[in-house]
Amino acid sequence: MARFLPQCVAELAEIVAAAADEQSPLAVCGSETKRNIGRTCAIADVLSTAAIRGIKLYEPEELVLTVYSGTPLGEIEAALAQRDQHLAFEPPRFHRLLGTEGPTSIGGVVATGLSGPRRMTAGAVRDHVLGFQAVNGRGELIKAGGRVVKNVTGYDLSKLMAGSFGTLAVLSEITLKVLPRPARVQTLVAQGVGAREGVSLLSRALGGPFVASGAAWLPPQLAGNGDSLAAIRLEGTAESVAARGLALRTALSAFSGTLDHDESCALWQSVGEVEGLADMAGAVWRISVPPMSGPDILEAVPGATGFLDWGGGLVWLLVPETGDCAAERIRAAVAKVGGHATLFRASAEMRRTIPVFQPLEGPLAALTRRVKESFDPLHILNPGRMYPDF
Amino acid sequence: MGIGTVEGFATADRAQVAAALRSMLAQDAVIDDPIALAPYEADAFTTRRQAPMLAALPASTAEVSAVLKYCHEHAIKVVPRGAGTSLSGGSHGLADGITLGLAKLNRVLKIDYENRCAVVQPGVTNLGISNAVDGAGFYYAPDPSSQLACTIGGNVAENSGGVHCLKYGLTTNNILGLELVLMTGEVVRIGGPHLDSGGYDLLGVLVGSEGLLGVVTEVTVRILPKPPHVRAMLIGFPTIEDAGDCVASIIGAGIIPAGMEMMDQAAVRAAENFVKAGYPLDVAALLIVELDGPIADIDQCFATIRAIAESAHAVSCLESRDDNERMKFWAGRKAAFPAVASLAPDYYCMDGTIPRHRLADVLRRIEEMSARCGLAVVNVFHAGDGNLHPLILFDANKTGELAKAEKFGEDILRLCVDVGGVLTGEHGVGVEKRDLMPLMFNQVDLDQQMRLKCAFDAQHLLNPDKVFPNLKRCAELGRVHIHHGKMRFADLPRF
Ligand SMILES: Cc1cc2nc3c(=O)[nH]c(=O)nc-3n(C[C@H](O)[C@H](O)[C@H](O)COP(=O)(O)OP(=O)(O)OC[C@H]3O[C@@H](n4cnc5c(N)ncnc54)[C@H](O)[C@@H]3O)c2cc1C
Repeated sequence: MARFLPQCVAELAEIVAAAADEQSPLAVCGSETKRNIGRTCAIADVLSTAAIRGIKLYEPEELVLTVYSGTPLGEIEAALAQRDQHLAFEPPRFHRLLGTEGPTSIGGVVATGLSGPRRMTAGAVRDHVLGFQAVNGRGELIKAGGRVVKNVTGYDLSKLMAGSFGTLAVLSEITLKVLPRPARVQTLVAQGVGAREGVSLLSRALGGPFVASGAAWLPPQLAGNGDSLAAIRLEGTAESVAARGLALRTALSAFSGTLDHDESCALWQSVGEVEGLADMAGAVWRISVPPMSGPDILEAVPGATGFLDWGGGLVWLLVPETGDCAAERIRAAVAKVGGHATLFRASAEMRRTIPVFQPLEGPLAALTRRVKESFDPLHILNPGRMYPDF
Repeated sequence: MGIGTVEGFATADRAQVAAALRSMLAQDAVIDDPIALAPYEADAFTTRRQAPMLAALPASTAEVSAVLKYCHEHAIKVVPRGAGTSLSGGSHGLADGITLGLAKLNRVLKIDYENRCAVVQPGVTNLGISNAVDGAGFYYAPDPSSQLACTIGGNVAENSGGVHCLKYGLTTNNILGLELVLMTGEVVRIGGPHLDSGGYDLLGVLVGSEGLLGVVTEVTVRILPKPPHVRAMLIGFPTIEDAGDCVASIIGAGIIPAGMEMMDQAAVRAAENFVKAGYPLDVAALLIVELDGPIADIDQCFATIRAIAESAHAVSCLESRDDNERMKFWAGRKAAFPAVASLAPDYYCMDGTIPRHRLADVLRRIEEMSARCGLAVVNVFHAGDGNLHPLILFDANKTGELAKAEKFGEDILRLCVDVGGVLTGEHGVGVEKRDLMPLMFNQVDLDQQMRLKCAFDAQHLLNPDKVFPNLKRCAELGRVHIHHGKMRFADLPRF
């Protein structure tokens, strides 16, 4: 069992090339705060990109940032905040939910592809990666994309990297699109509405001209004051937020409550980080479905606790950590409406036996495997992290 | 059967293929008459032409699958085609291949306002989607200038953009799901009416893959509520530098307009001449900035933009007072290509993207190149995202001018790459820029991309002569070189 901590990209490439020569798999990671997402796989040698770090280029007026993959997210967010910018996809850390702490690397953010509440309107991690450099499973340094937003030169491999959990290539450098950070946040809430009524309200708000950037529904046990709530986030200048809030309330009077800037920040932080479920015992599922189907999924497992983000399209569901963690029920319910269910938090044992990611079938399974092998023919990068056989 | 070889095909083979395809498709859905095949010789990249062996026009996913399966079994190349408006030769025919026209798959299958998405067949036009949801106050955001004609299938293949992509993203940011037929005839569904899918983001890599990975037979698009208010500003500048500074400062001030388009003096004059939009003729550059959203935001941002424009020496600054006036501001920009076409017998449209702060510098160098080679150039482009569209004027009937224009175009793209930009922002590599790919990518990068192609199409039958300068065989690309037992980095610290 070895732990590799390359100090530069050349070293990183050497390590992977050597591993390829020996056909000896590597557990690829950044700062390991998300190591418990994905299937449990026993790989002896660990390769961390945590030491390949630093901001390589930041041009605020170009809205572009190039960083080495081990750069802590906090360092990036601080640099952006100084220029009133941010990563619009609002990457959660999931520290409390996953019981981890310490800095989280941008490489891990991209490799897991997980975005926060603003994903619904601003796009996901994948929509903000403009280019990258990485070492593929052959130990070759590859690059794709560029540093400009409009670019169709060659395949958009950046998207493929986002959410590939280090199974295709080890990211060394990432170029991201950054955006102006809104000055003010306000949240309008409708209290005492059930899940169905809630998503229907959210859908009407999102279908209107209010430019919302967050839309969540929380059940009584997760909402602060014991009453379920549907919440719409408005961001922008103080004047704009106030005007849109007024317009929304005029159109949909159910949104009678208001959370101010600080209260809003706290609410959306807790939604994005899944804080409400974090301290409860049980397995946690992350389920993406058409927004109006969110409530169906909440009802799929009797006795489960859950809430909805993305206007209903993202379901976080806590179930007892027994049997198959309700995998069969949940996946059957998802199959009816279309979507994907990921077993997001569960014991190592559960994540060994229950398919963590939506199981693939037929030609799509074979295609996925061929895509994996086009980057990593010898299966040395995180084999088994996403699927049992590759 | 001698089909699928580089030498081309024998007439007997064509008849055989036509007969086989006729057994799968409607009688009139197979075109093998040379005259009827003429429209398939080229797309909007017209300088090179090649008629396909024949064209097939399937009307369902099952028919697409049957045709591809047959072609796969008989090693026949296939070129997918939407409306044929590609500017890079993406749907150019192959003498030894069939062109698969998807225009008959032209139905809107489902509109779901509550979930803010629509499911359409690939032959539906870009504007057709917006029109279908318009009544309910929705639209499909990416708006290429060709939106009346181009298909969503073509948009997916090219990752097309439009003037409003600055704020709303390109095709790739507005597609939720696809149904795809692989070259083998296998049908796969990727994504759907939901946002995140587990597994690899195949959706992301299929958008912009230029028809090389699979044939798209169904598209789930995101639809957006129409903004409540839209207003445009027309700003004239004494120099291109000033205009470039203004663009950078607007973005620098934290404003992302819905669109930000620039025209140089030649373009302004041509457009004004063509449609009488009321543009000022004495400016070196004209900027159209459009804002949409709540009225409070628009008022506030335009106040800021006006101040920025003034400090960037703007000589005129008009705000549209109503929608009519706004449309008038746009009329010249929208008619810019046809207007430019009236200046010379032919024009060649380039599509490089550069970092915004290099705008003035790059435009000046293009001007110098233009003077050197003796071909005029007109600039109309998406300034907000640095996507240039230099239009090179020439006359194809004059000996050597086409070659000169192509050389000039290549030099412009080299310049774009040199300053940190890319070869193509939205028109695709196609056949046009295939040989320039090494300017951006080394052989290792290109091999990786070709290996991905192999994962989808192991025999390189789907649109094989596009994008890659030298498409290597999959057997060669798949080889793994192992230096058995030799640890090349044995001394590396392990801890
Ligand atoms: C006047 C004019 C203005 C234009 N303005 C813009 C603009 O503003 N922005 C912009 O981005 N582009 C623009 N274009 C370029 C062009 O319109 C786009 O690239 C468009 O997306 C092509 O669509 P199409 O249906 O014509 O596709 P085609 O030209 O038929 O094909 C384009 C590519 O897509 C592939 N393809 C088509 N359908 C499918 C399918 N169903 N499955 C798989 N592959 C498929 C083809 O093989 C080919 O590689 C313009 C073109 C013209 C002529």
